[in-house]
Amino acid sequence: MQTDLIQEARRQAEICNACRYCEGYCSVFPSLHAERAFSDGDITQLANLCHNCRGCYYACQYTAPHAFDLNLPKALAEVRRDSWESFAWPQPLARRFHTHGGAIALALVIGFALLFWAVRAIGSSGGEGFYAVLSHNAMVAIFAPAFLLPLFSIVFSLRRYWAEVGGKPIQMSDLTAALKRAGKMQDLAAGHSEGCNFEDEDRFSQGRRHIHHVIMYGFLLCFASTSVATIMHYVFGLHAPYGFWSLPKLFGISGGLLLTVGCGAMALLKQKSDRDLGDPSAWGGDIGFILLLGFVGLSGLVLYALGSTPLMPALLAIHLGSVLTFFLLTPYTKMAHGFYRLAALIRDAQRKRDVSMVR
Amino acid sequence: MATPKEAYDIAVIGGGNAALCAAMTAAEAGAHVLILETAPKPYRGGNSRHTRNFRCMHKTPLGPLVEEYSEDEYLSDLLKVTGGKTDEHLARLAIRTSEECLPWMEEHGVRFQPSLSGTLSLARTNAFFMGGGKSLVNAYYRAAAGLGVDVLYEAAVTHLELNSDQIEWVDYTYEGQSHRITPKAVIVASGGFQADTDWLTRAWGEPAKNFLIRGTPYNRGVVLSDLLDQGVESVGDPTQCHAVAIDGRAPKFDGGIVSRLDCVPFSIVVNKHAERFYDEGEDVWPKRYAIWGRLVAAQPDQVGYAIIDTKSLNLFMPSVFPPLKADTLDELAGMMDLPAEKLKATVSAFNAACGDTNGFHPTELDGVTTSGLIPPKTNWARPITEPPFYGYSLRTGVTFTYLGLKVDETAQCSTSSGKIKNLWAAGETMAGSILGQGYLAGFGMTIGTVFGRIAGREAAAYAN
Repeated sequence: MQTDLIQEARRQAEICNACRYCEGYCSVFPSLHAERAFSDGDITQLANLCHNCRGCYYACQYTAPHAFDLNLPKALAEVRRDSWESFAWPQPLARRFHTHGGAIALALVIGFALLFWAVRAIGSSGGEGFYAVLSHNAMVAIFAPAFLLPLFSIVFSLRRYWAEVGGKPIQMSDLTAALKRAGKMQDLAAGHSEGCNFEDEDRFSQGRRHIHHVIMYGFLLCFASTSVATIMHYVFGLHAPYGFWSLPKLFGISGGLLLTVGCGAMALLKQKSDRDLGDPSAWGGDIGFILLLGFVGLSGLVLYALGSTPLMPALLAIHLGSVLTFFLLTPYTKMAHGFYRLAALIRDAQRKRDVSMVR
Repeated sequence: MATPKEAYDIAVIGGGNAALCAAMTAAEAGAHVLILETAPKPYRGGNSRHTRNFRCMHKTPLGPLVEEYSEDEYLSDLLKVTGGKTDEHLARLAIRTSEECLPWMEEHGVRFQPSLSGTLSLARTNAFFMGGGKSLVNAYYRAAAGLGVDVLYEAAVTHLELNSDQIEWVDYTYEGQSHRITPKAVIVASGGFQADTDWLTRAWGEPAKNFLIRGTPYNRGVVLSDLLDQGVESVGDPTQCHAVAIDGRAPKFDGGIVSRLDCVPFSIVVNKHAERFYDEGEDVWPKRYAIWGRLVAAQPDQVGYAIIDTKSLNLFMPSVFPPLKADTLDELAGMMDLPAEKLKATVSAFNAACGDTNGFHPTELDGVTTSGLIPPKTNWARPITEPPFYGYSLRTGVTFTYLGLKVDETAQCSTSSGKIKNLWAAGETMAGSILGQGYLAGFGMTIGTVFGRIAGREAAAYAN
């Protein structure tokens, strides 16, 4: 972890702790106000609790030009990104993508190339639909490791995070409390549920929260589509292609639409926000990731729409290439934030449980 | 001199809570309103940007407020701090009207939150703004813009021309040029004069140079003095102000809430000669912080030093500036530039006067007192013996001055020959009408909101 980033966040947190005016906004402040001194782990936990809603920045009486120069959303965003990079495994990949949108684009091109190569070199020995282009076995051979390796990497990183923030064995109630907050994105709503200060200075708006909902549920639907299809394939022996009224298609199409629209809207919304209230060096990486995720959704939809045309093989390679890139980069891009946020919320639920037990 | 193209019904001077309440009320009554705010946009809002709550009467639970807070209880709380130096008619008006203000504030975008951690004692009486006063100010500027109110930042009013019983014109500078406008009515809501150190020094004497100003550096009393010079009636004593003891390391201006120090009840406080001068344990800190501003102001160089030992460090809210820390009193005295022998003698005498400390209870008056010591410490008196020792310096922090414009129950100003027919005042600039001395937490915002709305309503009625 970069000590200068932690130290700056600590300096600001100590000012916040003597003020406390923002207590009602989000999960960060009650957690912050419970401490008198902040260890590196405390700061890391606060940073991952922060959803960058910016309510505290616009409410703050100590922002520049005041000499205290508070910008807590930025300080925590920088620590947050640094924590993801520091906990990522393997380390040589850790700092390549968060701050480099171009690297994400390059990875995408490599993903395309790999899939075109696979289609050409491995191809198929005569399956149906997409499997006529690339055999089911080949797809599994590529995507099973491409899914499991990043998952392993994330689990490894989260264990490091958990040790750093002093996490304890997780109880069911911690998990449900965290999932409830995450499901509603309560920390993007401010204490009065009116949303973030994002696209128009201090105006509260649900824009970012709702768009984020669209992306998250779009992603989860796409994930559900693949999961259901896997179960249908292996458990019930029902093989693709599936009809429109099948669960994989219904989940996949609705999820793809939400992902495409959500990511497009998020990329546009971010243009209106003040970059200096987030982590400015992660701007390119964040935009690159949003576009990649949106492209996964869009290319899936196009593949569905033009699946019976001669363009299908190329579209399949493009879609699968983007999915491959997305999976492989998950631990090293903004995608990691979902896992860390959930971990931070679980840890915060534990803290609240401890407090209520003491009382 | 340039004249803006637009004609305004009402000019509001100032850009804090009272000004905004006045402007919104007047605009809702159909008036065309211009706000002249002397601060740049990031510092808009005067002292309101440092506030955190609003003291509010209520017969039943209201918004974030629990139980009941009656008019009589509110007034009696006020009379306790002002020692009776209060215009009871205006005070009752402010108190009674506060109840209808809370929903009005919510309608205009203010959001409340539960009482902050460490302030549970205020959950019944004071409604806390979500995000504090700056978020209130932000919400009001948005609401005002929606109502068609125009705002000029860095517009410094230099003169209001009073001609017998009315204000003829308003002069201000903006973007390096002088401007003159002739609104039908004027509302002054530009605070006290505390940021004008020369004026404060004239009122207080030399010690005032060592005072810190807790809030905005823009309240220099320019309009106040301009009006007083022209014979507008004033109220209040120029030496009276809301002053508290704050961390001596706070910036000269705008330190706000974080410069607060809550250690005094658990400490001994000495002056620069290492002598104690007042009972540190007289009452709980929320009831005593305001008198310590004056106590410290009366000490040489207007500075005090609070000293605790390690067992008291975690009994109060963390301070923004970490305390000086030393393993011996000798070392601490050196760090604080206090005479070491004398400090050790003072501490020894204090320790010797401490008795049974088994009843020590940090959050209530515990009666753990010294005996035979002058001045005594009548609560929380525990010997200072366990290193490391910690020291904080204390200085006088002025929030706002009470000398102001005298108003009636319609917030209207007057001269000795009668009412000024188109001049109203609201907020700290007229708070001396109600606060003769002392201060009641959250009452400044009550005065600003109540009289801001009255001034807006009356000025709009006149302008229409």
